[in-house]
Order: sequence, then structure tokens, then C-alpha cells
Amino acid sequence: MSKTHHLTSPFSEEVIRSLNAGDIVYFDGPLFGIRDLTQIHIFDKGNPPPVDLTGMPCIHTAPSLRRVGDKWEKICVGTTTSTRMDRFTPGLIGQYGVRAIIGKGGLYQGSLDAMQKYGAVYLAIVGGAASLETEQIEEVEAVYFEELHPEALYRFRVKNFGPLTVAMDSHGRHLYEEVGAKIKEKLPEIYKKLGVI
Amino acid sequence: MKELDYSIVEEAAKQLYIKALCELPPDVRIALKNAYAKETNPAARSVFDAIFKAIDIADTKKTLLCQDTGLPIYKVKIGSKYNWNGAAIKKCLSEGARRATQEFPFRSSSTHTITRINPQTSVGPGLPVIYYDFADDVDTLDILMVPKGSGSENMSKMQMFYPQHGIKAVKKFILDTVIESGANPCPPGIIGVGLGGTADLVMKLAKDAIVRPVGQRNPDPMLAEMEIELEEAINATGRGPMGLGGDISCLAVHIEAAYTHITQNPVAVNTQCWPARRARAIITPSGNVTYGY
Ligand code: SF4
Repeated sequence: MSKTHHLTSPFSEEVIRSLNAGDIVYFDGPLFGIRDLTQIHIFDKGNPPPVDLTGMPCIHTAPSLRRVGDKWEKICVGTTTSTRMDRFTPGLIGQYGVRAIIGKGGLYQGSLDAMQKYGAVYLAIVGGAASLETEQIEEVEAVYFEELHPEALYRFRVKNFGPLTVAMDSHGRHLYEEVGAKIKEKLPEIYKKLGVI
Repeated sequence: MKELDYSIVEEAAKQLYIKALCELPPDVRIALKNAYAKETNPAARSVFDAIFKAIDIADTKKTLLCQDTGLPIYKVKIGSKYNWNGAAIKKCLSEGARRATQEFPFRSSSTHTITRINPQTSVGPGLPVIYYDFADDVDTLDILMVPKGSGSENMSKMQMFYPQHGIKAVKKFILDTVIESGANPCPPGIIGVGLGGTADLVMKLAKDAIVRPVGQRNPDPMLAEMEIELEEAINATGRGPMGLGGDISCLAVHIEAAYTHITQNPVAVNTQCWPARRARAIITPSGNVTYGY
């Protein structure tokens, strides 16, 4: 049965290992924003993140922000498709201790293996609901690698961020693949009913 | 009659882009509520909860619902009873889209297809996409604005089947295309289907299909029945909202059809995400503008 968890970031390994695929998560605390260029900068160009990511959640985003004096203000923060950034995920988890990746669409087996090995999860956000996400971000606390904006490394502070669905857990379960496998099973029946076979 | 001040059309084109991004049409809201009532999976229900909250926030704060501002599409219908200036309309739509982007301001999602340079205007060669149509017996200019996001647009597919493949191959293609697109188009949305025509027309028909208000059926009973059959098949997959499993995988299937060549059997699928955004303005020759969907 699906459980709802209210958590605070950064997360411990124990907390993350208590989450199961299908559970719902909300959390408070710091959240890091990353995108393709951020991770190319870190992994392909060899620039380690200038901030400790241990236990942190990272979200796949390219935020619209506005600069006001020496601060950044949010305009619209939404989530992008994760699969493009799959290859960086084992590094984020294994090397930098990230414990949650937030995105839409899921990641592949290599990421799932790293999640199982080190204790991390993939949390699926509701795509298209950027107005809600933006509302739940209290502040843009810092922007690192600023020259890469809108694909820099962002530290947000969030309040009751969610609902997020645990779509890949640290026990090897992958919700999208489970749903896909069930579709495969049902498909002959559906084809028959539609009269296409 | 004195000539219309076309800055009214430009202003409407600007307002329409902003309205479409911030205010979800009522028929889509009703379809989402009806879908929620049918959904039994708890994780899927929490997706709907987030959707309703997001719609509320966009309404009250006048903010963008989704961060993807899409490619701007304008469908205009020119009434025959007034001497509308087509070239002026074209210019106004482009200027309106540019001004919406820079004056609201929101991100431009439009870029050069090779250099990938984005001038942050939402317009450029070929953009906005504009379709012209004409209406008898009215003097109004009807403009429908559709911002089309990439998560759903990237899932578009078309196939030129042969007549011998029949409607069976067409239906299977539609279902398979939806299954393959998985969570990418932010389901549950509208599955637009084009049947017949030429290669370009069939895709345009699929696009026409996604802007039809949810809850309206194709007036042709044969096509209406096919819409229902396909909806049932898609929802039977259990893909669910955001592809995480559930009873509702689409809000509706809409089919638009045209005559085709005796040796052709084309089909196209164009998917619309749950924020099925669109906004409409009706402009009279005296310059009155009425907004709707
Ligand atoms: S697929 Fe649609 S709802 Fe989802 S992020 Fe893209 S534009 Fe927004």
C-alpha cells in the first residue's frame, strides 16, 4: 500500500531506504536545480560542484529567474524530462552523495543500480504543474556556475515540496517499467477488443 | 465604414498568448475533474491533486501553468462580410507573439533550428505558425491561439498506410503511438488524430483535433464511435497520469478526417498534454474584442 512521507532535506540513507516505489513524498529544506549543461560542466569538463551535495535532492530544471540587486528571484520553475541526463546520475549519487533525483519520465538501469548500491531514489514530479512548483519554492538561496544560467547549479529552499511519487526506489523497483510490463501483458487483449488483430 | 485600427489585432494576439499560458479552458478543467472522479489509484489521484492546485495558483496569481511556453500557433478564421486585410493580420500576429514574450515577460521557447540561437522573441522564420480559414455570413475575425509544448509535440507521428491495410492498421498505429509516448507528453491529455488527406494535411488534421473542446465528438457517427473505442483502449492500458499507473491515461481522443487519394491511407497522431492550452478572441470590424476559448 502506498504511504505518504513528509521529509526534511538533506536526507539520511536510512530515510531514503524506507521509501518504496509508489509512495508519495513531500519535503522541506534545500533543493538543488541542475540541467544538462550543469552536469556536462561537472562531469565532462571536470569542475566539481563548489558546494556539498551530500544527502541532497536534485531537480532537473532550467528555471526562469530575475536578478534583483545581488539576489535572484523566481519567475517560473518547472521540471524537464530526465532521460537525457541519465548518464550523469550514477556520478551524482556515487561521487557526490546525492540521495534523490527529481524529474519526469524516469531514468535507466544504470541509475537504478546506483540507487540500490548507494541508497538513493528517483522522485517523479507532476509535469506541466510549474505554477505549483514555483509556489513551493520559498527562495533562490544561491546560484553556482552562474555563467551557465539558466543551466547553472541552483540552491533553492522549498516548503512542502510535492506531491512526488517514488518512481525508482533503492530496492531495485522501477515504477515506469512495472507499468510498462503490465501494459505488455494486457496488450493482446486490448488489441483484440479494438479489433486490430 | 472607417478602417479598423489593426493595433487592436496586435494587442489581441499578445493577450491571447498570455491568456493561453495562464488560464486553462473550462472544458479541459471539467474533463480533468471527471477523470479524477473515475481514478482509483492513490498515486494517480495525488497527481490530479497537484494538477488542480497548479491550476488554482495559475488562476489566482496570473502565472504560467507550465514553464514550456511552446511554439506559438494562431488559427484565424476570416469572416467574409468585412474586408479584412490579411497581410496586416499576419504582421499583427507575429508582433503580438513577440510582445507577449518580451513584455510579460516569459521565456521564448523558439530557436534557430541549426544554430540553436534563441533571440528570445518567440518569433522568426516560419513562426508563429499561422493557419488561415474563412467563414461565410459573418464579419468577424476569429483568432485561436495555441502554445504547443515540446514534451507532447515531440511524440507526434504519421504513417502513410496503403488502402489494403484498412482501418485496422490505422487504429493499431494510434494505440501503439500513445503507448510508446509513455510519460513524455504529461498524460492524461488529448490524443489528436488525423485521417486521410495528403502527408501535410493529415498532420494538420491531427492538430485541428487537439484544439476541439473536450466533450465534443466528431459529428460523423462512424468517427465518433472510433473516438470512444480508442479512448477505452488507451485507458485500458493502465499507463495512468504522468505514466505512473492508473485508470486514466487520456482525457479524450479527437479524430478529424479528410478525403484522401484512392491509393493512400494516411494517419497522424498529435498529442496534447493535460494543460491543453488555448485561447480565442473574436474581433468585430468596429474593434470590439471578446475573449474566450
Ligand atoms: S509536455 Fe506539456 S505539460 Fe508537460 S512540460 Fe511539456 S508543455 Fe508542459
